[in-house]
Amino acid sequence: MRLAEPVLTAHVTEPNAHTLERYLEWGGYQAMLKALAQAPGEVIETVKQSGLRGRGGAGFPTGMKWGFVPKDVARPKYLCVNADESEPGTFKDHLLMERNPHLLFEGSVIACHSIGAKVAYIYIRGEFYHVQRVLEAELAKAYAEGYLGKNIRGTGVDCDIYVHRGAGAYEAGEESALLESLEGKRAQPRLRPPFPAVVGLYGCPTIINNVETIANVPLIFEKGPEWFASIGPEKNSGPKLYCISGHVARPGVYETSMDVTLRELVYDFAGGMKDGRALKAIIPGGSSVNVLTPDALDAQASFDGLVKAGSMLGSAAMMVMDETTDMVWLAANLTHFYKHESCGKCTPCREGSDWMYKVLQKILRGEGQLRDIDLLLSIADQIGGKTLCPFGDAEIAPVVSTIQHFRHEYEHYIREGRSLVPRAPWRGSGSLAHAH
Amino acid sequence: MTFHPAMPYGTPDWHKSARKLADEGPPFEFTPENRRKLDEILTRYPADRRRSALLPALYLVQDQQGYVSGHAMTHVAEIIGCSRADVEDVVSYYVMFFTKPVGRHVLGVCRTLSCALNGAERLTEAIAGKLGIAPGETDPTGEFTLIEMECLGACDRAPVIMVNNEYWHECQGADDVDRLLETLRTRGVAGLTGCHHVKEK
Repeated sequence: MRLAEPVLTAHVTEPNAHTLERYLEWGGYQAMLKALAQAPGEVIETVKQSGLRGRGGAGFPTGMKWGFVPKDVARPKYLCVNADESEPGTFKDHLLMERNPHLLFEGSVIACHSIGAKVAYIYIRGEFYHVQRVLEAELAKAYAEGYLGKNIRGTGVDCDIYVHRGAGAYEAGEESALLESLEGKRAQPRLRPPFPAVVGLYGCPTIINNVETIANVPLIFEKGPEWFASIGPEKNSGPKLYCISGHVARPGVYETSMDVTLRELVYDFAGGMKDGRALKAIIPGGSSVNVLTPDALDAQASFDGLVKAGSMLGSAAMMVMDETTDMVWLAANLTHFYKHESCGKCTPCREGSDWMYKVLQKILRGEGQLRDIDLLLSIADQIGGKTLCPFGDAEIAPVVSTIQHFRHEYEHYIREGRSLVPRAPWRGSGSLAHAH
Repeated sequence: MTFHPAMPYGTPDWHKSARKLADEGPPFEFTPENRRKLDEILTRYPADRRRSALLPALYLVQDQQGYVSGHAMTHVAEIIGCSRADVEDVVSYYVMFFTKPVGRHVLGVCRTLSCALNGAERLTEAIAGKLGIAPGETDPTGEFTLIEMECLGACDRAPVIMVNNEYWHECQGADDVDRLLETLRTRGVAGLTGCHHVKEK
């Protein structure tokens, strides 16, 4: 069933939507009280029934993840909300936290209750200082009204929420690197197993969930797991936020269910292409997933639908490119991102991203040779699947998929020494040297 | 180090790694107010996990002196109870800590795909041209530092600029850079558009 109207973002455009007063007017915190009256096991069961899958990128079933937390350990347990939102093209959690922060707090308390945690940390990316201010002001109000803290609204449940601000590191969004960062270290991933559900923050059992995942939890208790499971296609249930940016007429965050197609997202929700130019390529799930061509427009924008189409839903960040886009330049732009953000722990990722960037720059300068295309694929092959975290697979996606779909553009660059696509008006003159 | 057979090793700029030591800077101590703030922040983490307060402590340093100096790192290490090397390790990793004095306004222009598709490259070139500096540099008046940032997470209002790590400016066209710089000179960050998510529609 298609989502009839927005639920996560129902009120976001209304005045003071972020305040506790308005949230309570709209029936806020009732779902939390309902869930706190249930035993933790029951809460997890309800979330499992809803079919909620993690919205951070991997789409792992949330209820199952919560179930991995061992029950009989004396150590404290923690919830970490991943608000690092650094995947290029993603800005949905930004909107949720700015305009609907109490939904996140409410979901966090439910999650804490289900796993037996008394403390939740919201790890927010350093660039979201303005969001941190909103969260902390609203947290203070929720504490004052007894929706957080000791003995929440007389239920006997204790839960504290703290906001922890990062300082500019894409890798901090990887769950084990997030824990490292929260412990005051470099954001670098840990070897798994043990998984964070068993050995996480401070060596204690820890659940890490994306902001949007947690924000969905109160809806499951408010409207029932059956309602949640009925929204969208089977195994891809619930409301979903899509971030659409790039060359579209109306970029923004759109809420619908995962039975939506890429075509609907681009042409109905985002108003079609900007200035009437033709669609050339679409990255459906943040820069870490494969580029698709217009052939894939009728693919369902769900976890499973986009895998079938040869890409991934990831963080549902759709970046849309029109015909003026030079795809070799695009690969270089994103490879610069990965080269800059690689945490440096695993050699294939750290060295490989730099190699790929250098080879791409060589092609862009018109000095490439045809064997450089195979060289790029060979480097990619030595990165993919050979790193501690999914960063390695992410950084090769733009390169490998642009070669797959736009190999002729690479070849044209190499043969003619210049791009097949005339330099777009939105491009600069190229005077900035990115030789760093 | 691993080797790829087809890579041009041996060229001068190929594989360089250098250790940059932090500037010691002037003597540093937290103001009583910042010290109080840090003590409050420390209560958010288990008593034996003081190192969790390292990033917040470094933000306080940056608030107080504009960048993080070597002396400040030593001071923070003493309060947190870790080594100076631990602090340096963290400072050198995260892009939002400056290890040198910066201009009064640090303009962080997003350069990643969605902003780039909407003219970020032209914007950075325009700012660099007006100020006569390259990204990473501060203009001679000490008013502006220009840096390029990776995706800031507001791609629907591209291109996005973050000023002084805290203030946002969205939809900045390259043709309108004069006005942006003039506004910042005269009115400071109050002249920025802010982040559209914050503003009520």
